[in-house]
Amino acid sequence: MAEESVLTISDLSLTFGKGRAASQVLNSISLHVKRGEKVALVGESGSGKSVTARLAMGLLQSNKTTISGHIDVAGLDATQGGAAIAAARGRRVTMIFQDPTSALNPVFRVGRIFREVQRTGDESLTPAEMDRRSAEALKAVSIPDPARCLQSYPFQLSGGMNQRVLIAMALINDPSLLIADEPGTALDVTVQAQTLALMHDLTQRKGTAVLFISHNLGVVREFADRVYVIYRGRIVEHATTAQLFSDPRHPYTRALLQAVPKIVKTGLPELPETSPSFLDPLIVHPGCGEPGTVPA
Amino acid sequence: MPKLLLTFLRRVGTSLIVLFGVSILIFGIARIMPGDPARIALGPNATQQQVEALREARHLNDPIHEQYFYFVRELLHGDLGVSLYTKRPVTTDVAQFLPSSLELVFASGLLMVVLGIPLGLLTARYQGRWPDHAGRLMSVIAVCTPAFVWGVILQLLFAYFVPIFPIEGQLSSAMKPPPTVTGFLTVDSILAGNMPTLANALYHLVLPALALALAAIGQTARLTRSSMIEIYRKPYVEMSRAYGFSERKIATRYAFRPALIPTLTVLGLDFAALLANAFLVERVFGWPGLSRYGVEVILRKDLDAIVGTVLIIAALFLICNLIVDLLVSIINPRIRLAEKRAGS
Repeated sequence: MAEESVLTISDLSLTFGKGRAASQVLNSISLHVKRGEKVALVGESGSGKSVTARLAMGLLQSNKTTISGHIDVAGLDATQGGAAIAAARGRRVTMIFQDPTSALNPVFRVGRIFREVQRTGDESLTPAEMDRRSAEALKAVSIPDPARCLQSYPFQLSGGMNQRVLIAMALINDPSLLIADEPGTALDVTVQAQTLALMHDLTQRKGTAVLFISHNLGVVREFADRVYVIYRGRIVEHATTAQLFSDPRHPYTRALLQAVPKIVKTGLPELPETSPSFLDPLIVHPGCGEPGTVPA
Repeated sequence: MPKLLLTFLRRVGTSLIVLFGVSILIFGIARIMPGDPARIALGPNATQQQVEALREARHLNDPIHEQYFYFVRELLHGDLGVSLYTKRPVTTDVAQFLPSSLELVFASGLLMVVLGIPLGLLTARYQGRWPDHAGRLMSVIAVCTPAFVWGVILQLLFAYFVPIFPIEGQLSSAMKPPPTVTGFLTVDSILAGNMPTLANALYHLVLPALALALAAIGQTARLTRSSMIEIYRKPYVEMSRAYGFSERKIATRYAFRPALIPTLTVLGLDFAALLANAFLVERVFGWPGLSRYGVEVILRKDLDAIVGTVLIIAALFLICNLIVDLLVSIINPRIRLAEKRAGS
């Protein structure tokens, strides 16, 4: 079972700071993503979604963080960060960001960044080979004139173009896991939907597993196989997408679903910002247990 | 490229206008200063007739705008007038003293870049850890201590207590200077193929160059550090990490290039400021440079020499800025592309 998972997080807690200034951000969370699977992590701002993503990438670990539990990424122990996970970044696990334009270095041409990304995957490629592969990758994300795009600086391209560029970069080294941290939230809704559909198709074809981090339930419903709902650093509900949307059981999940604006109704229902029931224990839907534990 | 050339020519044009303004200013200031240059030049024993004759010969009795007219007319013939102090054309004096100063300033500028920038990168990379604290402390000490104090300290430490380096001068007295071609001792030594002289000249250059550079090194390190720390927070640096770029590559290229844009502008000004700071360092080390010459002629109210020296320094300042602007537009594609559009 463990070999089948590209990401396994078990019993992970994270505290920022020490002593009296300490603040606990993650409270014993467990989640896993199987090979080729699309898993969403949903929650409001500050619930610990992005922090989880960065821990899994080994990007957050520092002397200011206290971590307990275990993170396994593609067979590597990423719990305390370090060299092993650093070497796997860009090859076995990559990431897509909220704002594509600010995630691309403004003083380098797209082609140059592309080459550097490929160099982390395979040192032996010649620049010409890399450029050819970049152009192919750009064609795969429906960029009309790849050669011109490679010659451009990120600020000369539109947000949607940059998002496609990032998707192409993220997948060029055939990673086994892609972490998408609220991808395209900074873009307008139609462009976001287009690029998400593109990302979905491409990962589907390549068999890349995706950990999809979002606060947008509509998007999650469309793209995820399984959903974890996170609230204040705890996982509160774990279900398949179908189960979650047809039968939300946790009070927080219900509140979250009700907060989605609907066209027919007028206005949003009066929802409590917080409620003691939001801290109810984790609800796991049938067939969704963590690997290595007895199914509920 | 003609568009870039056009921008360059435009900048040269504005620089010339600035230079024209500076010339009026310094011409006026030099003549407003109290004291009679003719009297100072001739000494207390000269008769009133002699003084009057010199004043007449130098047009000092004419209205100031007519004097300026004579000055510009001579300047257009490449003539900066004659120094009353050395009794030689100012251009000859400048040609003799400027290369020594530039040699010192270039050496300091080199130290500023090759020591200051890596120190900045190091402290930014290890922000909040011991290399950062140590580097920042050194930078602050370097910045806070004036260049001439550094000069004296270095002389004491490395020329007096531990006599590794010569205490002053440009060349050992036993050494025969190479034939003058460019005026730069080091360059002339290379041209003459005289390696012992080159080694000796470089040996003499170490302490004054370091004394002059220390404050600039500290300043550059602090500037590079703060600029790098700002860039380290950018999403594209996190992206570089997430895509597996090595920390080394990020520090020396992917974060460094954007961080260099604001740093370079200030670096250019700092480099030009070295020329001004050289005044005191040249005095401490008995360095026969233009700055020392400048001090002498100001104290003697040697009008032509003052105006000439200041104009040369101002021109160097402007050239520095011009080069920096060009470099910035090369590493910053947004400026380069904006200029292309504006030119077309």
